[in-house]
Amino acid sequence: MSNKIIAFCCEHSAYLAADLAGKQGLHYPENVRLIRVPCAGRVDVTHILKAFEKGAAAVLVVGCEEGACQHSTGNTRAKERVNYSQTLLQEIGMDNRRVEMVNVAPGAPHKFVRIIKEMNEKIKEVGEAK
Amino acid sequence: MIVAERKPMEEIKQMVAPYKKLLLVGCGTCVTVCWAGGEKEVGILASQLRLARQAEGKEISIIEATVERQCEKEMVSELRDKVKQVEAVLSLACGAGVQTMAGMFEETPVFPALNTTFVGMPEQEGIWTEMCGLCGDCFLDRTGGICPMVRCAKGLLNGPCGGTRRGGKCEVDPEKDCAWVLIYRRLEKQGRLDLMKKYYPPKNFRAVKRPGKIQAVKA
Amino acid sequence: MAVSFKETLKTKDFIVTAEAAPVKGSNVSKMIEDIELLKDKVDALNVTDNQSSVMRYPSLGTCLLVKEHGGEPVLQITCRDRNRLAIQADLLFAYSRGIDNVLCLTGDSIDVGDHKEAKPVFDLDSVQLIHLVHIMNSGKDLVGNELDGAVDFCVGASATPSSDPLEPQLVKVGKKLDGGISFIQTQAVYDFDELRSFVKVIRGMDSKVKILAGIVPVVGARMAAYMNENVPGIFVPQYLIDELSQTPKGKGVSKGIEIAARMIKQIKEEKICDGVHIMFIGRESRIPEILEGAGLL
Repeated sequence: MSNKIIAFCCEHSAYLAADLAGKQGLHYPENVRLIRVPCAGRVDVTHILKAFEKGAAAVLVVGCEEGACQHSTGNTRAKERVNYSQTLLQEIGMDNRRVEMVNVAPGAPHKFVRIIKEMNEKIKEVGEAK
Repeated sequence: MIVAERKPMEEIKQMVAPYKKLLLVGCGTCVTVCWAGGEKEVGILASQLRLARQAEGKEISIIEATVERQCEKEMVSELRDKVKQVEAVLSLACGAGVQTMAGMFEETPVFPALNTTFVGMPEQEGIWTEMCGLCGDCFLDRTGGICPMVRCAKGLLNGPCGGTRRGGKCEVDPEKDCAWVLIYRRLEKQGRLDLMKKYYPPKNFRAVKRPGKIQAVKA
Repeated sequence: MAVSFKETLKTKDFIVTAEAAPVKGSNVSKMIEDIELLKDKVDALNVTDNQSSVMRYPSLGTCLLVKEHGGEPVLQITCRDRNRLAIQADLLFAYSRGIDNVLCLTGDSIDVGDHKEAKPVFDLDSVQLIHLVHIMNSGKDLVGNELDGAVDFCVGASATPSSDPLEPQLVKVGKKLDGGISFIQTQAVYDFDELRSFVKVIRGMDSKVKILAGIVPVVGARMAAYMNENVPGIFVPQYLIDELSQTPKGKGVSKGIEIAARMIKQIKEEKICDGVHIMFIGRESRIPEILEGAGLL
């Protein structure tokens, strides 16, 4: 059983927010593993599925706030891919709440911590990974 | 190009249920373009199958491969070694590709992961529409380049049925245009409406003797 | 003995036909009742062919019943369910049993019916079907083989005056006229200006063809709205919907009958066209009330 969360973090926003959370001494759950990506738009459906195959209980794709993407549409594309991943999970009988797209600004460490905690709550509902 | 879409997950899962070692084969041509059976879709389906088996506590090992054209024996033959390692093949190609695989490797069951739907073109990103019914007796010279055999829901050759909806939409689907209204407008634009006024006798549905086979001459 | 429809078309000033819709099942007693009731009140009973793509008792079988009970049947043939072999065989059988009027139709789409997974045939279209009947009338089959015993059908076709756009529909009607038809039966009409201009166009192409206006009584404002929304080629104008919505509950059918009778009367008095074809599906037994209201009984 695993309660691991894989969080794909955009290096222009989410990753900076996570860094700031650390510097400010904000505590967030230890079961999250951050993967730094150049843009949320870099995260592909296959990456998300692979994370689950490797035992993740949940996957977060964390990108810039809407309208603030460094690559103009990376975060909206990421949102579409996350939606598609949810359909794919549903097809094989998995709870599609296990994957989610969230937008976080670089200067919003509290929001970053909150979304990790919220995902942890969700894992309690949908169950850990086998 | 040939357009296909993936079969429902349940159907695929049932087909491959008895097997623990699978080869998933994509095709790099038409079905790659229509997002149904390219390298990426092979990866996604493989992931889904592995996750589904994990959830059931059953094992599976999947080899992923994509050939340039699965409807060509030479290109499919590259897969010989991989086929030897598995119990069954799941093909993400059109019906021609599945059959080429199945014919090349007769000892191994080959299953279709896609439903081959039609010959069409991309209307806009993600939307493909049917354009050709492969009738073997092309009629497009008389209809301004719009095929009534497939774009009219009833395949009528002498004009619209009485069911055209307001605004020139199809009786069957208000989202679709009536092919004969499109034909009328295009021929009108070209000053060739006389073509539509001509009588066309019943179509030769045996223009292609099924199963089709042609001998072409190489130029 | 009923007067042949071919003769009626030639001689009668105002022609009235009614639609007879076959039942779903083998119990034909209701159809026989309707046939007995209507056979002497209308010039012909026009029998639908798996109408709205819903599987029913066959048009051919119902036409035989009409014939056996002394009525004059018009056999509707659609191209949806039979290929060119089956259609020719049915025509031979029909003629051999005294059924000699045929209405050539494309047929509704399979998708609107109750067997949505069936294979749509459409081997022929309605224009080709008209040509086919004439080829058989000349003593040959579609591919030129001699028939042992020819046929002699009176051929009709349908048209939709309210098509939008109308031009492609008119091209098609023109091809039906070129193919050789004795009568046109229109889709339900409610707008007489539309009907008048349609008749004028048809007359310009063929002065002899008889035009029967399709009459479908509307029995409620909701039915009218439904038809406008869902039945291709039909448009009930607002003033009729208003009239129907002011009708007290339970009086819808009588109101529909009254309006239909009024329309027929007007068509006859103003000589808008050569007759009417009444389609009152499921309420065939009330057609006499329409005829009475129109002064045709």
